[in-house]
Amino acid sequence: MFYLDDIGRYFLMLKGVFSRMTKGSVLRSLIFKEIDDLILGSLGITVFLAFFIGAVVAIQTALNLTNPLIPKQLIGFASRQSVILEFAPTFLSVIMAGKVGSFITSSIGTMRVTEQIDALEVMGINSLNYLVFPKIVAMFMYPFVIAIAMFVGIFGAYIAGVYGGFVSGSEFLTGLREEFIPYHLVYAFIKTFLFAFLLATIPSFHGYYMKGGALGVGKASTSAFVWTTVVIIIANYILTQLILS
Amino acid sequence: MIEVKDIHKGFNGEEILKGITTTFDRGKTNLIIGTSGSGKTVFLKCMLGLFTPEQGEICYDGAVHTDLSTEQQRDLREQMGMVFQGSALFDSMTVEENVMFPLMMFTKQKKEEMRDRVNVVLNRVNLENANKKLPSEISGGMQKRVAIARAIVTKPKYLFCDEPNSGLDPRTAIVIDNLIKEITEENDITTIINTHDMNSVMEIGEKIIFLRYGHLEWEGDKSQIFKTDNEAVTDFVYSSNLFKKVRDAQLKGL
Repeated sequence: MFYLDDIGRYFLMLKGVFSRMTKGSVLRSLIFKEIDDLILGSLGITVFLAFFIGAVVAIQTALNLTNPLIPKQLIGFASRQSVILEFAPTFLSVIMAGKVGSFITSSIGTMRVTEQIDALEVMGINSLNYLVFPKIVAMFMYPFVIAIAMFVGIFGAYIAGVYGGFVSGSEFLTGLREEFIPYHLVYAFIKTFLFAFLLATIPSFHGYYMKGGALGVGKASTSAFVWTTVVIIIANYILTQLILS
Repeated sequence: MIEVKDIHKGFNGEEILKGITTTFDRGKTNLIIGTSGSGKTVFLKCMLGLFTPEQGEICYDGAVHTDLSTEQQRDLREQMGMVFQGSALFDSMTVEENVMFPLMMFTKQKKEEMRDRVNVVLNRVNLENANKKLPSEISGGMQKRVAIARAIVTKPKYLFCDEPNSGLDPRTAIVIDNLIKEITEENDITTIINTHDMNSVMEIGEKIIFLRYGHLEWEGDKSQIFKTDNEAVTDFVYSSNLFKKVRDAQLKGL
């Protein structure tokens, strides 16, 4: 019953987010600020992680290719498939649940504790729209981050594979182009859009409805990370079943 | 003027406000006093529209809140200013942006016009040269002044203050109290202040209501509060050692 109550409140929150819009000029500046905080602020860590994840995927694949009959170009193929299908959209989204999610929860939660949300409400402002809507719009830029992560991940795999002496450059590139299905990119970006929405809304929900003081903000950040991760993983399973099978 | 008629409010089956009826006059500083847990903040939040009473009605210059449409309720909220206990300034905005915020949200003024108005209210609260500072870079007293400036920048008809001088030194607290009183008189605002500071009562209490366990226990003005026979009020007033000593000295004819 407790979870059902929370799920119900989450959807009521979404209804509140899309009603009584904030003044356009104010909203525009809020969206740019959120893009700066949530998207541009995440680029560095995303590129760093993607490069090393790609590199490790290439090395792991190479080390497991013990059968001489299996062509080395499989390293490029496996790296591409792993990075595009799962590592960039899903694995990075789980990490972003920690980085972006805890930022959103703690910033909104602190506003709740310090009565800033009450101040917005007293002024007659729809605080849900003011606080959450710009985050949702900003997170629509998230697929660009994932696109960069895909490129950097494959580049990391190339560097680790070729300069690590596991595969030649031409073999890696041949594998990279082999049996490429563009629909896989569509699948990856459909997932990314949904994850972006979840990354913006679930932590906002936990921050907005948090109770207590500073300790409450900490608890809300933790539960926001846990629930965002759980929902991303479940959504990933359902979408994969629906789109790819 | 705000008229409150028999309002009841509870949470999780526990009744916090048990039928309060009173009137707050325009152009006066109305004080709500009472011990912690007496329902002061819930009462204030009901009048602000943050909580909806389960029973009773609140009239703002004759307009019953529950009879108003959503649009009218929003218009009414734009006529309210609020000074929160912890100031509730937006951390990410400068002092100027904080004060300008209500103007940006509700008016179509040009930036220069808004800036002029912000400077007028910041001067009124005796806060100059702080426009570009963040709330974290100014003192608690200055934060309260910014909160007052933000509350009055749209020329509201109703001003609510939740313990405006808590956490301030006595001298700054008196300055803030007097500032609120002056602004109330200058702009003919209905001001309601939630406090348990007897110094505020002495300084600016033109009308005082005393809440106890969600009931209106007593109402009067600052001259009457020291003469009342009401035991609960007397206990509250003389819980301060200073006031107790003054009373003992008066009784001894000193």
